[in-house]
Amino acid sequence: MSEQSLAIRKFSDLANPTRFLALSGAVWPWMAAATALFFAVGLYLCFATVGDYQQGETVRIMYVHVPAAWLSMMCYSVMALSALGTLVWRHPLADVSAKTAAPIGACFTFIALVTGSLWGKPMWGTWWVWDARLTSVFVLFLMYLGLIALNRAVDDPARAAKVGAILILVGFVNIPIIKFSVDWWNTLHQPASVIRLDGPAIDPEFLRPLLVMAIAFTLLFFTLHIVAMRNEILRRRVSTLRRLAARSAGRGTSGPVPAGVGEGHP
Amino acid sequence: MTHLAYVAAAYAAAFLTVAGLVLWVWLDGRARRRELAILEAAGIRRRSAGEAK
Repeated sequence: MSEQSLAIRKFSDLANPTRFLALSGAVWPWMAAATALFFAVGLYLCFATVGDYQQGETVRIMYVHVPAAWLSMMCYSVMALSALGTLVWRHPLADVSAKTAAPIGACFTFIALVTGSLWGKPMWGTWWVWDARLTSVFVLFLMYLGLIALNRAVDDPARAAKVGAILILVGFVNIPIIKFSVDWWNTLHQPASVIRLDGPAIDPEFLRPLLVMAIAFTLLFFTLHIVAMRNEILRRRVSTLRRLAARSAGRGTSGPVPAGVGEGHP
Repeated sequence: MTHLAYVAAAYAAAFLTVAGLVLWVWLDGRARRRELAILEAAGIRRRSAGEAK
């Protein structure tokens, strides 16, 4: 395979794991640097801006809580797209993408739940209420954990991919429920104040750090996701090579393993 | 009425979670690359492994 053939000419070329490794290897250090830069600026703004006249200092919790909550939903959407890729197009990378996004999504959901609770105690007077928004995000967290458990419980990656993809798509119904729960039900959680039809309802003083942190969190997600996908591809190559080594050892022969092995499903 | 402890706890929890995630991804990658290197040293490799990395 020459350098020339590694060129990405169309989107589906990305589905080749070897091309993906070559491209992502060149891109992810830059993404990591951009993530660090945006976090540096974002965290500075988080503490340089004034406190809210009602919330006081606790408004600063929002700069972490809101981006983490957005990312928890975006991560699930990425997984749903990957699940479609697994079921419809059978891209070898789609399952790798869905599988590696789950732990990252679980972490972002965990951050949203914990920071929300730490904001709720001083502002609402309670750590937790079972209102529609909080409950649906908690369900999202449980779904992430369930998908991680499923992936680890099934030995064959191809079978785990199919079952996982169906579960991901069924669970996607929860995403619009989370988004609109604050409109459909009477919740203690406030309705949307940034993404709304009549424009953001918060002051630019608070919007600026929020948006910079949102970009930082998004970059963090994609950087971690790409690196985790690279790890997963290597993991599958290792298991394929080990299986082939065991097989050729059984025959008493050794030699190079055919090309293409270890790409996608072993 | 500043509730600084809550703000500090929220940032600490977020930082620890992200740090744990980054550390896990990094260690996972290092372990996988080491496994591949051991396999390669044992002469077990993909035919295309020389050119395409």
